[in-house]
Amino acid sequence: MSETSVRRAGNRVFIAGVALLILWVLLPIWLLFVNALSAPAEVTGFPKRFIPSFDLASLSFFFGFSGVIDALWNSVKVAALTMILSIGVGAPAGYALSRFDFPGKETFRFLVVMTRAFPLPLLALPLAVMFIRTGLDDTILGLALVHTTLALPFAVLITFSLFSGIPLELEEAAWTLGCNRVQAFTKVILPLAAPGIAASAVFAFVISWNEVFAAAVLTVENRTLTAFLLQSLDVSPLPLKFAGGAALVLPALFFIFAVRKYLFAMWGIANR
Amino acid sequence: MPRLLPYLLLLPATAFLCLFFLYPFVQVAHDSVMRNGVYTLENFSRMAGHWKFSTAFWNTMLLAAVVVPIQLAMALTMASIVTKLQRGRSSILYIFAIPLGISDLAAGLIWLSVFEQSGFLNSWLVGLGIVDQPILLLGYQNTWVIFIAIVLAEVWRATAIMMVILVAGMGLIPKEYGEAADVFGATRWQKFRRVTLPMLKPSLQTALILRVILAFEVFAVVVALGGTQLPVLMSETYHWQFAMQERGVAAAFAMVILGVSVAFTILILRLLHVPKGARV
Repeated sequence: MSETSVRRAGNRVFIAGVALLILWVLLPIWLLFVNALSAPAEVTGFPKRFIPSFDLASLSFFFGFSGVIDALWNSVKVAALTMILSIGVGAPAGYALSRFDFPGKETFRFLVVMTRAFPLPLLALPLAVMFIRTGLDDTILGLALVHTTLALPFAVLITFSLFSGIPLELEEAAWTLGCNRVQAFTKVILPLAAPGIAASAVFAFVISWNEVFAAAVLTVENRTLTAFLLQSLDVSPLPLKFAGGAALVLPALFFIFAVRKYLFAMWGIANR
Repeated sequence: MPRLLPYLLLLPATAFLCLFFLYPFVQVAHDSVMRNGVYTLENFSRMAGHWKFSTAFWNTMLLAAVVVPIQLAMALTMASIVTKLQRGRSSILYIFAIPLGISDLAAGLIWLSVFEQSGFLNSWLVGLGIVDQPILLLGYQNTWVIFIAIVLAEVWRATAIMMVILVAGMGLIPKEYGEAADVFGATRWQKFRRVTLPMLKPSLQTALILRVILAFEVFAVVVALGGTQLPVLMSETYHWQFAMQERGVAAAFAMVILGVSVAFTILILRLLHVPKGARV
């Protein structure tokens, strides 16, 4: 074989490999949506078709099931609160890390990085007791606080890299033109950092939206969608499970699409 | 004031982490050695004495031992592909990254649609004439099928996180190293083995630590696919906390998961140690 034919064969293997990997990622999601968009009788029937019948009975059964709408709404509320808390608490820290040198900086970074070496959902166990004592048990806020612990390290590191990417000179120019620190931040830095901050907020939302263990431990009456689905796993019929799974997956697809440009900024800096 | 400003900005985050990260860990350690108001190791002995404990422990370890190497290989392959692509890079990257946003519970449900008795795998098998009737795949008779299903679901779901970290890491490697290897006539494989992998060590370290810890936390995927038929540490923790109302024993389980996680973090840090001066 000549060298070009070897290369061409290699290219074909490469393309086939890429196609196979794409299929590996997308096919399972397709199968879930086939189930969610088929009638309950088809979901439990056999054999399965690989194209949905676009019957909305499974979905309407799911949304009509008692507790589902509440659970969905709780999930949204917890995730939104997590988003606000983690950016509100994390962004100032990220800004401080990027702009100042001060004793204790390394200790703080160590604390943030250390959170990654611990299985955080386990925090829910002792916090359950603390929340009962403070009246935060089974509340949206209580769960959001735990989810914020999961999302905060990312928020700090992401905003740190965002602010580090904005030259200090811009801020200094604003100061010389008569802005004080706060004005310079809100008029110059914030507009530049806003898209990235929004992306990390979305990321915090997704972390909370997807979390299962802490949600299942900390909520009883006010269950989130993941807790609801988990706790009804052994009793709920298949159409309910698959429609629920689809309801969990669909927003995540949009969110990841929305933040795709920032995925690297988020995980790349997680290296340091 | 300017000297205090950074501390003021860090204060909320620090307070938050102390209250919701450091304090609960102290508390859970305390709970694990406390029973009826006295310090004792009874929680641990009850945990270890339960017949499910060693099964749960070894299931968790075995799952991590099978899942993580497969994921490492796949993530390296995917990252190399993405790095090499000229056209369609961002769309393929998005597709590869999709599972990153998917909950472990949803991933379990997705693979349940494949493996349940009236599911897609059985439809295939019957359609191809391999079996006459749909077989019960996720039953207690063949826990190894449940194990395989969990492995597939975990590999499917959590490879993306490693891939993204590795793609970011590969982007940091200066092109000159690869070009130099080309000049000396290195093959693709040699370049990967001798240039990319050593330069990638810091990212490999992060990716592995993150992934191994998540592997010890495996929970919703296992429950969705196997119910209680394949106990793991996290599902036992949940069981003791809820069904048995034994918070002390649940805390002891938590300490085991914690201990294993920290031990492996240290091990990975040691094995993939990068001297400070050698970083890019």
